[in-house]
Amino acid sequence: MSEQFKPVIVGFLCNWCSYRAADLAGTSRIKYAPNMRPIRVMCSGRVDPQFVLKALKEGADGVLIAGCHPGECHYVEGNIKALRRFSLLKRLLSQWGIEDERVQLVWASASEGNVLAAAVDRMTEQVRALGPLRWQESVLSGNGHGHPAPIETIAEVLATPEEV
Amino acid sequence: MADKPKLAMYWAAACGGCEISTLNIGDKILIVDEIFDLAFFPCIADFKIKDVQGYPDGYIDVCLFNGAIRNSENEEMAHLLRKKSKVLVAFGSCAYEGCIPALSNLTTRQATLNTVYLDNASIDNPDKVFPLEVTQIAEGELYLPTFFHTVKSLDQAVPVDYYIPGCPPEPEQIWAVLEVVVNALLHGGPLPPAGSIVGAGRVAVCEECPLEKNVKSIAQFYRPYEIVPEPGLCLLEQGIVCVGPSTRSGCGALCPRVGMRCEGCYGPLEGVEDQGAKMLSAIASVVGVGAAGEDEHEMAKRLDALMDTIADPAGTFYRFSMAHSLLKRVRVNGNGDKGG
Repeated sequence: MSEQFKPVIVGFLCNWCSYRAADLAGTSRIKYAPNMRPIRVMCSGRVDPQFVLKALKEGADGVLIAGCHPGECHYVEGNIKALRRFSLLKRLLSQWGIEDERVQLVWASASEGNVLAAAVDRMTEQVRALGPLRWQESVLSGNGHGHPAPIETIAEVLATPEEV
Repeated sequence: MADKPKLAMYWAAACGGCEISTLNIGDKILIVDEIFDLAFFPCIADFKIKDVQGYPDGYIDVCLFNGAIRNSENEEMAHLLRKKSKVLVAFGSCAYEGCIPALSNLTTRQATLNTVYLDNASIDNPDKVFPLEVTQIAEGELYLPTFFHTVKSLDQAVPVDYYIPGCPPEPEQIWAVLEVVVNALLHGGPLPPAGSIVGAGRVAVCEECPLEKNVKSIAQFYRPYEIVPEPGLCLLEQGIVCVGPSTRSGCGALCPRVGMRCEGCYGPLEGVEDQGAKMLSAIASVVGVGAAGEDEHEMAKRLDALMDTIADPAGTFYRFSMAHSLLKRVRVNGNGDKGG
């Protein structure tokens, strides 16, 4: 089963470092897991937590946020804002029942194609081990309609206005 | 008399505060009575479901539906009132976005029932009696509504025309909405576009809040009981998790005015889908830890320690908007299993 499971990881990569790291990994022909779908954002600080939640809700098994190392941000402190959000987001996600490994923050500079590739490899294996998330299907489907009888009965009562 | 427009107000999973707030419009309630015929309003007048069932479809001109969809009876009433109403309004935070009842989406159906029927200091239930959906008696079968695993907002059960946020909506705002409705019904005045959030502002609570706001650099968070706030000064600035920055205005910042943090009952701002995520971002912007040039591991550690001082982030950021949030409920078991 876990052999067939191909995790879908949405990657938010910053334009200045991590997206270039991914480029470099490609041009250097580094082999790494094909499971991460990169989305280029201008800065890791641009990643609204809504993006992460939406990705998880709509079928992602994991979300990778990658940015410049602290101190190297093109916008001075955008990545530090990302780190602050991430610290709180982790707490929130654990309350939602989402494992830490599913949402990760990594730093990869433009010259660290190998670091990004290794992070994607590692995360893919971790998420593969956790199994699919399938939020829509497995968490939101069904609603405790354990017994159909009451609903039908009430519907019947409602459908037939009867005499007193 | 027969030509008066028909008004209904119904409560599903609600506390009754919405009704109280509606009656709190004061002597204007007499104007409401003058203009409308009550068609269904269990809180203040004796109506039966049969009465509503007997109405032709679309008979009720305006139905103010408050309360979340907690069980199958709530859902059936939502369908019935949708059918019988021209305009269905999700009235108050429960109907709009789940509110307090939807906090049980943080746990399971069974855990909620256990708390109510077993694990509570004031409960004496040695035989572990739980309500049954079906009970056999001599005369036949008795049914109770199905208690849902996930609490839903009204618009997750039936289509909704307008939303009035607030827990409860402020009387002035209720009256302002009723005035628009009355004007439309009697004089053909314009109605807001379908799907609008009415009876509320478009900006954040902070815009209405008179407290003094300075540059924020928070070193520690406090729960309201842990600190006596300095009067006149922004509560968030003092480390109290006031969710005003991510909450829609319209209440006049009632709570912060008297030193109580905004809890977020007017829901997310215009254009925001997930109130909690936005509050998370707001908090991240005002903490006083982390700057370019610091050691990254040290910084992460200090940040984690600071964020640990926020008790129950999910319950704090999503106190009123759980059912309308992106994820809607917590996942119970790992590995994709559905819990409860």
